[in-house]
Amino acid sequence: MMSAHYPALLILFPLLASFINAAFLWVDRRLCFPVAVLGMAGSLYCAGQLLVQVLAAGQVSYRFGGWAPPMGIELVIDELNILVLVIISAVALINLIASKRSIHAELGIKDATFYVIYLLFVTGILGVTATADLFNLYVLIEIASLASYALLAMGNQDRAPWASLNYVFLGVIGASFYLLGVGYIYIMTGSLNMGDVQGLLPPIMHSPAITVAFVFCLIGVWIKMALFPLHGWLPNAYTYAPVSASRVIAPLMTKVMIYVMIRIMLSVFGYAYVFEQLDLQKWIVLLASVAIMAGAFMALAQKDLKKMLVYIIVCEVGYMVGGAWLGNVQGMTGAILHIINDALMTFALFLVLGNILFMQRKVSFDDMQGLFSAMPWTMAGFVLAGVSIIGVPPTCGFFSKWYLLLGGIQAGAWVFVAALVLSSLVSAVLVFRVVENGFFPPEQAEHSGHAHHQPAVINEAPATMLGSLGLISAGLIGIGLWSGVLVQKVILPFVHQGMN
Amino acid sequence: MDQIVSLRPLFAVLVSMLVIPILLSSAKRPNVREAWTFIAGLIKFGLVVSMLPAVLQGREFVFTLSTPFPGVPIALQVDSLGMLFALVASFLWIFTSLYSIGYMRGLDEHAQTRFFAFFALALSSTIGVAFSANLFTLYLFYEILSLCTYPLVVHHQDQKARISGRKYLAFILGTSVGLVLPGMLYCYHLAGTLDFTAAGILAGEASPPVLIFLFFVFLFGFAKAGIMPFHSWLPAAMVAPTPVSALLHAVAVVKVGVFSIVRVSTGIFGVDLLKSLALGPAVATVASITILLGSLIALSQDELKRRLAFSTVSQLSYIVLGIALLTPKGMLGGVLHIAMHAFGKITLFFCAGAIMVATGKKYISQMGGLGRIMPVTLGAFFIGSLSVIGLPPTGGFFSKWNLLLGAIAADQIVFAGVLLASSFLNAFYFLPIVFKGFFAAAPAGEAASGIQEAPMCCVVPLVITAGISIALFFYPHIFMN
Repeated sequence: MMSAHYPALLILFPLLASFINAAFLWVDRRLCFPVAVLGMAGSLYCAGQLLVQVLAAGQVSYRFGGWAPPMGIELVIDELNILVLVIISAVALINLIASKRSIHAELGIKDATFYVIYLLFVTGILGVTATADLFNLYVLIEIASLASYALLAMGNQDRAPWASLNYVFLGVIGASFYLLGVGYIYIMTGSLNMGDVQGLLPPIMHSPAITVAFVFCLIGVWIKMALFPLHGWLPNAYTYAPVSASRVIAPLMTKVMIYVMIRIMLSVFGYAYVFEQLDLQKWIVLLASVAIMAGAFMALAQKDLKKMLVYIIVCEVGYMVGGAWLGNVQGMTGAILHIINDALMTFALFLVLGNILFMQRKVSFDDMQGLFSAMPWTMAGFVLAGVSIIGVPPTCGFFSKWYLLLGGIQAGAWVFVAALVLSSLVSAVLVFRVVENGFFPPEQAEHSGHAHHQPAVINEAPATMLGSLGLISAGLIGIGLWSGVLVQKVILPFVHQGMN
Repeated sequence: MDQIVSLRPLFAVLVSMLVIPILLSSAKRPNVREAWTFIAGLIKFGLVVSMLPAVLQGREFVFTLSTPFPGVPIALQVDSLGMLFALVASFLWIFTSLYSIGYMRGLDEHAQTRFFAFFALALSSTIGVAFSANLFTLYLFYEILSLCTYPLVVHHQDQKARISGRKYLAFILGTSVGLVLPGMLYCYHLAGTLDFTAAGILAGEASPPVLIFLFFVFLFGFAKAGIMPFHSWLPAAMVAPTPVSALLHAVAVVKVGVFSIVRVSTGIFGVDLLKSLALGPAVATVASITILLGSLIALSQDELKRRLAFSTVSQLSYIVLGIALLTPKGMLGGVLHIAMHAFGKITLFFCAGAIMVATGKKYISQMGGLGRIMPVTLGAFFIGSLSVIGLPPTGGFFSKWNLLLGAIAADQIVFAGVLLASSFLNAFYFLPIVFKGFFAAAPAGEAASGIQEAPMCCVVPLVITAGISIALFFYPHIFMN
């Protein structure tokens, strides 16, 4: 029966495609792209099938080789990670298709190599999301991270290798923190399976070793998700990377790490430990509020689109960390919904960035003047994704912001509420600064008043890139309008179970 | 209350949105494009009117699109208040479209397709606001309206438009995201619902100081209503082409702001709660300040459109004042003023635009003797002025009459005084324009030319809206029900 093996196939498809592509490097490089697309399509198909299974039966558990946990390796697909898995495989597939033209322009003959590493990266983050084993989680994080170091270093040859090296150092520190935490857990419980550890922890909850384990895991994950002030590696690494790589790493890597944080909080240590025994949530929500404002204002200080988007990610990480740590159902719902929404929003924004870079080479705000007449569809996509970042209905960003704000109000976390509202206002400035630049003609060409009748020269991105953007833009509104179903059917069942 | 589940409200909202792809695809054939605008306008008005008989019988049309949050659907509901607003907006859109053709072609404007497309989108969201069944749906359409009017405001794409556009967004979007959104969430947190109900949803849910604070958050948050100090986007928005100023910044957008305040006052707070919080006099004072200051500033403006804009700022607060009186007559007067002021003010803007198209004049000081060149336009301007001042034989008389009665019934003679004082000010800033136009000499150096009106597409709409302003004096009952 195929259907029983979907959890494994989900991860194995891109892994096998990667190996096959590595072999094709010596045979025929042109084959690499179709193989990569096939691999990702297979993965997306499995994710879709798993979504149906989870909706019907709740949790789906898969044991590699039939070995029972805690000894064997287990994958668990439940309401929390199925959405993340669907988003990862969909975004990775769409980005692959959008990359076909741009990656060749950016990397030339190295494009085949890119596909090999890209598939490894996707394998890594899919595995991180699906695994139910704390140590495997570490291994898969490292697979994803190592692949992303390589991908990011392929960009601008003056800066990218250094930025990537900086990321390597901090990434390794983060991973070590996490590994140390897992080591403590293993010493204390003798198990690495998440479900198993959750059962073993309550009697020894008061041990300082468990606190150390939790804090180490948390700090490790925070470094990997670039939570302010641990975000130092992110801006340069993403800015100088090839856009085809940062387009998928930027939306997904941070979101996956937020998923890991929520998974560790609710499925390993549990609500009682995280919110009742540790008395940290006030401080962490405060930290998240600072992160939001810092990210927003650093984004405001940037003078080109790419850097601005990178800091928006830093800001959005604060949203999700804050929401998850509010300690109530609304906040957690908002955080989980925002993982999905933010992945889509930032992916849409990076697609816009990719389109503009592909056609114009430059993305400083000055170079974007009059861009609406040259690239109307790309800029329309930017407006849509931008208002989603601001949080204007019916785009999806509004709906997760609703839950986050509501959670903040319920918890009485007024600093967090104020930070959310303020950062929405700042993002309105961010978005409309770009829109204004794009809408008005370049200053030297500006005629006095109205009636400049020269026909606009439309110079749009290729159909594959534009189509990808269109698809994701439709998703921004679709997910928004149907977020009620998403929350009721998928997110709330998990949150209710995890938060008591 | 009797409710009819029907797709009609949804179609009434969507029809002008659905026509946009057709507008875009017929960009090369302006006549076809404008024909489609009219078709959409007529269908929209027809759909709204088709719901009128049932609404007059006290029934409501409802439709639920989806339910993103528990207890908060995206839902439409057609009741008498929404009906009134939708009727006015969709009716005037047809004439504004006609006027737009004359104006845009007369001035040979660029990007006309974009103009008509965003205009259609703006109308969709206006009707959406009118038919919203709850605060969340209202907020959704309110925000779409804010965003889709931006390209209309900055249509000229020059430095002045850039600055005004910034101001426009800063005020409109800043207040809605910064004030209304958290206020709305706090409401939801308190009441667990956001539906507009006759009794309100907030009674007894929080302590009086909190509720009072919340009310002011909404009052200032709906900055489209132009209550001071959040009014200065409106004069800035006058850089837009005149049809935009006429329909959007005298009728649709600004009335959406006032309409939202009315909805929140009556549907979220409820009249009884407002009475028990003693909010009436405070809100009426805020509105009175705007009324008087707006009129005073209007006196000092030389640019005709800016004078009209400040007049609008002042007149909008009449409606707020009417609600704040918390008497049936005051409410009636306020709601009537939504319609009466719409017809009067759109006439005035149409005239201002026609003068610009025909003679290129923007400043009142240049307009001496204009009545001899454009008698029809200036005659219509006179009628529009009378309606805004509130003199018979125009519809504006009835709304002011009811407002005055409301103030007296509420024992708030001060506010009756405010209304009268402002009416005098209105007369002072409108009538000299007419007087000088007909009787003063033309500015030196200007050769006396014969009658030279704007194109027919411009003149016909303003004659019709002026005529309707008079007709409303004799048949005010159309709106009174």
